This record gives sequence, structure tokens and C-alpha cells, in this order.
Amino acid sequence: MKLLVVEDDREAAAFLVKGLKESGHTVDHAADGREGLMLATTERFDAIVLDRMLPGMDGLAIVAALRASENPTPVLILSALDQVDDRVRGLKAGGDDYLTKPYAFSELMARLESLLRRGAGGKTLTTLKVGELEIDLLARTVRRGTVEIELLPREFRLLEYLARNAGHVVTRTMLLEQVWDYHFDPQTNVIDVHISRLRQKIDKGYAKPMLHTVRGAGYCLKAA
Amino acid sequence: MLAMLALIYWQTVIYSTRQTDETIDAEITGLAEQYRQRGLAGLVAVINERSNPERGSSMLYLLTDQRQNPLAGNLSRWPDLEVEKDGWMRFQLSDDGRRKGGPHIAQATSFMLAGGVQLLVGRDLSENTAFRNRIVAALASSGALMLVLGLIGGIVLSRRALARIETINRTSDRIMAGEFDRRIPLKGSGDEFDRLAQNLNAMLDQIERLMAGMRQVTDNIAHDLRSPLGRLRSRIEVALIEPPSTERYRDVLQQTIGEADHLLATFTALLDIAEAEAGSPRAQMTPLDLASFARDLADLYEPVAEEKGLRLTIETGPGPIEIRGDRHMLSRAIANLVENALKYTPAGGTIAIGVTVEGVMARLTVADDGPGIPAEECDRVFDRFYRLEASRTTEGNGLGLSLARAVVRLHGGTITLGDNGPGLVAVVSLPLAPEVT
Repeated sequence: MKLLVVEDDREAAAFLVKGLKESGHTVDHAADGREGLMLATTERFDAIVLDRMLPGMDGLAIVAALRASENPTPVLILSALDQVDDRVRGLKAGGDDYLTKPYAFSELMARLESLLRRGAGGKTLTTLKVGELEIDLLARTVRRGTVEIELLPREFRLLEYLARNAGHVVTRTMLLEQVWDYHFDPQTNVIDVHISRLRQKIDKGYAKPMLHTVRGAGYCLKAA
Repeated sequence: MLAMLALIYWQTVIYSTRQTDETIDAEITGLAEQYRQRGLAGLVAVINERSNPERGSSMLYLLTDQRQNPLAGNLSRWPDLEVEKDGWMRFQLSDDGRRKGGPHIAQATSFMLAGGVQLLVGRDLSENTAFRNRIVAALASSGALMLVLGLIGGIVLSRRALARIETINRTSDRIMAGEFDRRIPLKGSGDEFDRLAQNLNAMLDQIERLMAGMRQVTDNIAHDLRSPLGRLRSRIEVALIEPPSTERYRDVLQQTIGEADHLLATFTALLDIAEAEAGSPRAQMTPLDLASFARDLADLYEPVAEEKGLRLTIETGPGPIEIRGDRHMLSRAIANLVENALKYTPAGGTIAIGVTVEGVMARLTVADDGPGIPAEECDRVFDRFYRLEASRTTEGNGLGLSLARAVVRLHGGTITLGDNGPGLVAVVSLPLAPEVT
């Protein structure tokens, strides 16, 4: 995938570019807002990682300019402003996701890849299929093979999010944000407990598990 | 004071002068009456009678014929006129033996009567002068006395004031020198100095409390941030000493990231508390149903409780309970309370979340039947980094309750901890949203 990183902090940018390249992406870098906007409008990227605090231009202005010219490239906004309100403003301006500094690179990768997938398959689905797992989004039923699995509403939402990102890592923070709409860092292993409950229901009794723990990053649902 | 004395003197002089004038006028009126009724002879008789030195009068009379020979009176000759202003003659009264004390000033007026006879009526001003001098002397001595008394009084008063100020100065010097528990002594009189001292003492108490708080925070930062940094450093150091192993390096780096995340979370919490306490303008107050808010949180934590062998119950009543709040900030604050209960309640216990309405306030309670907190600690646990000794070893940064309180206060509410008999109950009161009509 071809990515654009707009970030003025040289060290942060170098680290980001290196990490993304090692994950197999092609990366362009712009060190200020004008250059960033110019690159974003003249070339085609699959996603843009954009710092909010830039010399020359506010990151939000770049997003707004892109959206005004009907450029749909997914944008992940980075910011040191750690407040929900800023998150809301960032998303309203047309950003697709928002991450506050300092962030874990694994978190950034997981979110970025989630954006890239969203950019790829835009159509509304009524059924999600991961291996032998079949999720009916309308009837809100789940089957693994031929066996119907009873899920509580919150377990269904959790599984749905994992299935939409099947094959990719989703972090605990992403789950807490997307499934429960909470933006805080729990002191307890609350997400792990929910995952293990879900695992009990979808993996128990099967030789090959589908719901995997990715150490130091999060979870991943993939075909057995 | 001088001006006052001068005024008294001046008034007296005016009064005595006017009296002299009036006396002479009255005398003239009397003599004129006599002259009209009894003629010149009568006048002479009256003047002789009145100027009899035995009467001790200060009046002066002189009646002369047309050649200025005296006919009657107590002046030997017509005076050499000196000044003639405002109708009065003023002249030196020569000493003719009957009067003591050197030359006098006299004031007189004269008339020409029929047949060249002239009449002079006047008054010796020596009495006036003497009176005036006595006034001056009295004023001068009383003025001097007032001055002396005033000076003494002033010195005494200012010395007392200066002594009190000096006491304050000495005390502040000693406080500055490091004796922070010193206080300004009070006289108990309740005067301005006492009130000043009281205020200064109260201010010092406040500063001492704040300093103690700051010291506590700094000490705890030292403990809570330095120890993990130290651990982090020695872990890396040990890994470098050991024989190189990619697997081992990965492990150490993984743990290092964990430590760093924990430190970052602590800093973030500190900043969030500071921001909430400063009254965050970024808080997004929106209508919020506290009942469903609490149910959502209970839903999130119920599996955690079950995992730990705890029962988590939620009681909210049927209808919504509307408040205004920032959902994200509040969820963080209340989650802290629930997580505390989860952390400290032993297996088999119950955690009860409840939402009720009390008057104009919505009340959210998180009650457990764990070990609880001693009553005297119930306030202090809200201090940053404050942790019960027993819990120092358990996970957590000691900031959860500080953050919870800061957020609740930002919402215009209160948070208290109490005895649940047994266990702990956290009570959060938040103002209900005003009824929209």
C-alpha cells in the first residue's frame, strides 16, 4: 500500500516511516502542511497519516481541503491533544480515525490497516464470513459450521467488529472504543475477560481456535 | 492645633475690642442724656463723679472750654492725637502718677459741644491688653501642654503599634528561616493587629497544608515514577550484560514497553486531573441518562466481576435519570470507582451499583462488602498518589480517585466515601438536568 506521512517532528517521522516500510508499505513523507497538502492532492495514496500540529497549516485544514475536493483517501490523525473533544473535532473535519501521541506503533498499525480495509470494501454487508464462522448482521445470529452459537448483545458486537477486521490485529483500545464507545485506559483486564468469554463460545470444543491473542498488541480473528 | 489656638485668640481679641467700643458708646449715650437734661453743669458733675479715681474705672473723661482748659475729667490735658481711623482716636496715655505700669494705650472719641466746649470720652486699654496677654499666656501654656501630652501619647501609641509590627516581622523572619510551624502570637484583644495576625496565621496554615500536599505529591512522584524508571533501566542493563540473545532482547523490550506505557498512563492521568481541576473548557456537557450510563458500565465490568468470583448488581429504577455531563470523562471517573471495588473486594463478595434521585441531585453509588477504608482515611484517599499502606503493593497509580473527584467536581457534583458496614460505599452526587418545558 502507498502511504503518506505528514509529520514535522523529524525523529517521530523517521521512526514512523521506518516502521511502516518494514510492515511492507511504500511511504512518502512531507515535513510541513503545504508540502503535505500538495502531495496529497497531486498523487494517489491509499491512506494518509497526518499530524495535527504542523508548521504552515493546521492538520485539520488539510483534511478539510481534501474532503472539499472530494478526495476520499482515509486519514488517520495524530495529535498531542489528548481530549475526546479534539477527537470529535478531528473526526468531524473528515478524519477517519484519531490517535493521540504518544502512541504505540502497534496501535497505529492496527488502526491504519483497519482504515485501508475500510477504504477497499465500501459496500454494506448483511453477512460476515470468516472461515466456517458465519455472522448474520440482520438476524443477529452466529453459526460456526452448522452449530448455532448463542451470544449476548455485547458479545455479538465484539465478534462483529473482530470479523470485520478478520485476519488483522485489533488492539484493546480499538475494541473499547468501537464496541463500547469508551475512551479510557482500564486498569483491569476488562477486554481480555470479554474476549475469553467470547472464545469460550466460539472456540470451545473445536480443535483449531479462531480467536487469537497477539502478544503485546491485541487480538485477531482468523479462519481456523 | 496652632490654628485652633490662633482662632481662639483672634475671637477673643475681636470680642474684647467690640466690648470696648460698646462700653464707650454706652458712656457717651449716658453723658449725652445728662447734658441734655442738666446742661453743662450737670455734665461736669457727672464726669467728676465718674472720674473719681476711687471707683477704679478704666474710663477716661475730659471736658475742656474753648481754650482747651480742662473743666472736668481724669485727663490732665487734651491728648496729642495720633491716629484717626474708623472714627476712634488712639493715643499714648502719659503716666500721671495715678496709673502704674508705664505708658498705656487709650481709645477715645470726642465731641464739640455748644460754646466751644469739647468732650472726650475714652477707655484705658491696659485692661484689654492685660486680658489679651492673659489669654495669650493661657493659650500658650495649654498649647504647650497639649503638644507634650500629644507627643507622649503619640510616642506610646506608635511604639505599641511598632512593637506589634515588629513581632509580626520577627515571626516572619523565623518562618523564612525555616521554622514553618511558627505563628504570630495573638493579644486576644480582637483589634486590627489581632485580626491581621489571625489572617496571616490562617494564610500560613493554608500554605503549610498546600506545601504538605505538594511534598506528598513530590514524594509520591519520586516513588511512583522513579521506581519503575529504575526497574526499566536495570532490566535493560542486565539484558546487555547477559550473553546476546534475540529472544531475550525481545522479551526485555516487550517489558520495557509495558513499563513505559504505565508511566505514560500515570502522566496522562496527572494531566487530566490538572485539567479537570482547572475546569476544563473542553468538557462536552450533553444530556446524559445516568441510569443507562450506569447499566452500560455494569455491562462492561460484569464479566470481570464474575471472573473474580464476585457478584455485580445494578439497580437503577425504571425510568431515565437525566443529567448533563461529559460521557467520556464521567465514564472514566465512575470506571475508576468500579475498578477499585473489583480490586479490593475478596472473592465471594458483592459489588452493588445503584442510581437514585435525591431531591435535585442524581446519586450514583458503588458499594462493596470488602475491607473498606478507615473513616479517617476517607478524605485523604482523594489526594493524588495517596494510597493506603496496605495497597501500596497492589497495582494502580493512586490517581484514580483524584481523577474521579476532579471530574465529578467539574460536573458540579460531590463524591464521598463511607462505611458500607462492612465494606466501602462511594457516593457520587450530580445535579439533575433542569426540566425542559
